[in-house]
Amino acid sequence: MATTATPGSRTIFRRPASHTGFWSWITTADHKKIGIMYGYTAFTFFILGGLEALLIRIQLAQPDSAFLSASEYNAMFTMHGTTMIFLFVMPVSAAFFNYLLPLMIGARDVAFPRMNAVSFWIFVFGGVFLYTSFLFGTTGPPAGGNLAEAASRLGSGPNGGWFGYAPNSGIRFSTGTVMDYWSIGLQILGLSSLISSINFIVTIFNMRAKGMKLLRMPVFVWMTTVVAFLLLFSLPIIAVALFMITFDRSFGTLFFDPSMGGDPILWQHFFWLFGHPEVYILILPAMGIVSEVLPTFSRKPLFGYPAVVFAGAAIGFMGFGVWAHHMFSSGVTPITQAAFGLSTMAIAIPTGIKIFNWIGTIWGGKVKLNTPMLFSLGFVGMFVIGGLSGVTHSIVPADWQQTDTYYIVAHFHYVLFGGAIFGLFSGLYYWFPKLTGRMYSEALGKVHFWVFFIGFNLTFGPMHWLGLNGMVRRTWVYAEETGLGPWNMAVTVGAFIIALGVLIFMINWSWSKRNGPIAPFDPWDARTLEWTMPSPTPEYNFAVNPVVTSLDDFWHKKYTEDSDGRPVRRPEAAALVAELEEVGLNPPAPIHLPNPSYYPFMVGLGMPMIGYGVIYRGAAWGIPLGIVGALIIIGSFIGWGVEPLEEPHEEHSDHADEPEPGDDHGEDA
Amino acid sequence: MDSLDPQGPIAKDIDGLFRLTLYIATAIFILVQGGLLYAAIRYRDRGERTPEPKQIEGNARLEVIWTVIPVLILASIAVPTVDRIFKYTSCSDDALHIEVIGHQWWFEYAYPDQGFTTANVLVMPTDTEVCLDMASDDVIHNYWIPKLNGKRYLVPGQDTLLLLEATEPGEYWGQCGEFCGLSHAKMRARVIAMTPDDYAVWLAEQQQVAVMPAEGSLEQAGLELFLGGQCVSCHNISGVTAGNPALVDGAIYGPDLTHFASRSVFAGAVLDLDEPGALEDWIDNPPLIKPGSFMPNIDLTQQEIEALAAYLRSLD
Repeated sequence: MATTATPGSRTIFRRPASHTGFWSWITTADHKKIGIMYGYTAFTFFILGGLEALLIRIQLAQPDSAFLSASEYNAMFTMHGTTMIFLFVMPVSAAFFNYLLPLMIGARDVAFPRMNAVSFWIFVFGGVFLYTSFLFGTTGPPAGGNLAEAASRLGSGPNGGWFGYAPNSGIRFSTGTVMDYWSIGLQILGLSSLISSINFIVTIFNMRAKGMKLLRMPVFVWMTTVVAFLLLFSLPIIAVALFMITFDRSFGTLFFDPSMGGDPILWQHFFWLFGHPEVYILILPAMGIVSEVLPTFSRKPLFGYPAVVFAGAAIGFMGFGVWAHHMFSSGVTPITQAAFGLSTMAIAIPTGIKIFNWIGTIWGGKVKLNTPMLFSLGFVGMFVIGGLSGVTHSIVPADWQQTDTYYIVAHFHYVLFGGAIFGLFSGLYYWFPKLTGRMYSEALGKVHFWVFFIGFNLTFGPMHWLGLNGMVRRTWVYAEETGLGPWNMAVTVGAFIIALGVLIFMINWSWSKRNGPIAPFDPWDARTLEWTMPSPTPEYNFAVNPVVTSLDDFWHKKYTEDSDGRPVRRPEAAALVAELEEVGLNPPAPIHLPNPSYYPFMVGLGMPMIGYGVIYRGAAWGIPLGIVGALIIIGSFIGWGVEPLEEPHEEHSDHADEPEPGDDHGEDA
Repeated sequence: MDSLDPQGPIAKDIDGLFRLTLYIATAIFILVQGGLLYAAIRYRDRGERTPEPKQIEGNARLEVIWTVIPVLILASIAVPTVDRIFKYTSCSDDALHIEVIGHQWWFEYAYPDQGFTTANVLVMPTDTEVCLDMASDDVIHNYWIPKLNGKRYLVPGQDTLLLLEATEPGEYWGQCGEFCGLSHAKMRARVIAMTPDDYAVWLAEQQQVAVMPAEGSLEQAGLELFLGGQCVSCHNISGVTAGNPALVDGAIYGPDLTHFASRSVFAGAVLDLDEPGALEDWIDNPPLIKPGSFMPNIDLTQQEIEALAAYLRSLD
C-alpha cells in the first residue's frame, strides 16, 4: 500500500470523509453513532409492535368482535411477537452494547468497527424487508380452502406466528408469499446478530483497559459476554432451520412435511433450541443494566458480584438445556418431559441467586428513588412474578393445562416486558446524560414509571386468570359464553395506559435532549469508566487510555472507607474529576479513529435484494435482482478488503498515545 | 373452559399439584416482594438523616442459604411432578379407546369398536378412563378439555394419546390449543359425558343408518339437493351416500352427517344447532363464518338452503 496516498484515492469510490450530517450517519464506523442509530431504529419498531398490540387488544376487548378479520389478527400477533423480539428488544440491547461496551471497558471502539456498521445495516434492511410483506405479500387459505373475502393489506403480513410451526408454515397451508418474507427476513436479521456477537466477544476479550481483569468488568459487560456467546451458539441453529423451511417452501425439500416422511416436531426442537437461549438473550442485557443501576443509587457495591456473574453464566449454559419445556404437550416421551421439567426447575436457582443479591445490594444502602432506580426496582419486582409463574410451568402436568393459553402470555410478558423492557428503560434514563450531555425531566420520568407500572400490571396481571379460565392464545375471537369478556376489557384498558406511558417517555426524551439542564460531569456519583469522560461522549471516547486497579474503579478513585466501612470522599476527588473533565475535552495527543465507509451500508442493501430474488424467482426480474444483490455484497466485501480501517494521517508517525498492549485496535475489521 | 374447576380425577390431581406450587410460590412472592419493598422504603435516601451505607460486598453464608433453600423446595415439588408425568402419559389396559383426528378446523371422533365416526361432539361415559388415540390430517392441533385434563398435540404422521375422565354427566367445553391456521379460533370442541347406561343407548343409536325423509317433504327435497350437489363429495351419510369420502386416501373430507341433528353444536363446535338461522347462515356462506373453510360457498338459493337445513335437522 502506498503510504503517500491521499484519503480515498485507493478505492473505487471516494472515501467518505464527513463527520457530521446525513452521510456521516450512513457511513459511520463509530460505535456510538451506530449505537444511537440502533436505538432509534429499534424504538421505531417498538412503536410499530406496540400499535400491533393495540390493534390486538381492541379486537379482544369484547367477545366475537369484528374489528379485525382472522387474517389481520393472525398477521398482527405474528408481527407483534416477531417485531418485539427481533426488531426491538434484540437491537435495543445491541444499542446498549454498542454505545456502552467500549466505554465501560475503556476502549476507543469495538474490535471491528466496520463489521459493527454491517450488523446495523443488515438489521435495518432485514427489518424493512420483513415489513414490506404488508406492501407486497400475498396470503390465502390453505390449499383447497375458501375465503369469503381476500385479505386486506393489514392482513398481508406474515401470519404463521413468530414460532412458524411446521407444517402450518409450509407451502401447502401457508399459501402466498408472506411466510417467505418471514423466513428470509429472520434469516437476514439473524445474520446481523451473529456478526455483532463475534464483534462483541473479540472486543471484550482483547480491548479491555489495562488492569481490567475479567472479574473487574462491570456486570453489564459480563452479561454482554454471556449474551454474545448465546447468540453465537444459538443463531446457527435457527439459521439452519430457517434455511430448511425456506427450501421447503421455495424448492420442495419437504424437511418438515409429514406426508413425505418429514417431521414437523423436528422444527419445534430446532426452533426452541434457538428460542429458549433467545429468551436469555433478551433478558440478560436488562439484568446487566439493573446490576449497574442498583449499586449506583444505593451507594453500595453490588452484593455478591461473583455470584451474580456466575449465576448469569450458569443461566446462559442451562438455557441450552431447557428447550423442550415449550413442547410438554407435543407428545414427547415421558422421559423427555421429566428431564426438561427438572432442568427447567434447576434454572430457577441461578435466577433466584440474582434476585436475592439485588435485594442484598439495596439492603442497608442509601437508596435514591429516581427514575432509573424505580425502573430497576420495578424490574426486580416484576421479574420475580414472571420467574415464579415460570416455575409453575416446570410442573409438567400443570403446564399441560397452561401451555398455549394466556397464562403463558402473562408469564413471558412479566419476564420480557416487566423484566427486559423495564430494565432497558432504566438504562435509557440512567445513561441519558452520557448520551446527550443533558438531564431528563425527573418528574416526567417518575410519571412514566408509575403509568407504566399500573398499565403493565393491569394488562398482564389478569392474563394469568384468563389463561387458567380457558382463554387460548392466537384466537381472534372468543365466545361470549366463556365469560372472558370483562377481564379482556380490563386488559385492553391497561394496554392503552402502557401506550400513554410510552408517549410520556417520548415527550421527555425529545424535550430533554434539547432543553434539559446541562448534565454535570458525574451526575450519579457513579462507579464505572463511562462516567470518567465528558458527556456527551467525545468521538474518541477516552482522551487518555484509562488504567484500572479494581472493580468499580471510578468509585474507588473518588472514595475511601472509614473504620466503620462507610465511604468517605477522598480530598483529591474534586481535583480528579476536574482533571478528567479538562483532559477529556482536550486530548494531549492526536487520536486515530476508524474512517467512515460506504461498504457496510452496501452489504446491508444487497441482502433484501437476494430475498426478493428468492421470493419472486418466477418473475423475469426476480433472479436478476437477486444476482445484482449478491454482486453488490461481494463487491462491497472486496472494496472493504482493500480499504484500510484508518486512512493515513498527515502526522502519521505520531503514535504517542498508542494503546497499551492487550487493548489495541485490530489491524483489520 | 375453567381449568381451576376440574371435573374428573385427572384434572383434579393436576389442579392439586398446581395449587400446591401456587401456595409455595405465593409465600415466596410475599417474602421477596416484601423484602424488596422494605429495603427500598426503609433505606431510601432522606438526605442528611440517612448515613452513608456500609460497603458490604457480599456474604458467602447467605449465598449458600439462598441457593440451598430453593434447591430443597424445587426437589420437593419435582417428585410428584415426575410421578404424574409417567402416570398420565400412558393408558391402562381396560381404558375405553376413542380416536380423535384433527382437521382444519374441526375434530373428528371415531369409535373403532362400533365402526362409526362423528364430529365436533365427543360423547363418553362417566367414571371411565377414556383413552384418546390422536392424529392429525393436516397441521398440528392441540386437544384441550380444561375441566377433564390438560392438552395434547394431534400431529400429522404421529400418534399421541390423551386420557380423559369425567366424574359427573355434563357438557364440557374445549378448544384447539395450538395455532393451526386462519380459523384456529373457531376450532372448538365439546365433550358430553353420560352415565354408562345412557352411553350404551347413544352408541346403539349412532350405529343406525340415517332416517329417510317422507316422500314429497321439504326434507326429501333437501336430501336430493345433498345427493345432487357438491355435498356428497366430502360428507358421508350412512344409508344414503354411495361411498364414504373419508375412506378415499388423501381426500379432504368433512364431518360424517349421519346423526347430525343428535349433536348440539356444529361447524367446529362454534355454532349451536338450536340457535335459529345458524345452520342456514352456515350453509349459505361457510367461509364467512370460518375463514379458509374447506366447505365452499356454492351459491345456493334461499329455498335450497332451507331444504338442506330441514333435511340436516331431521338426521337425529
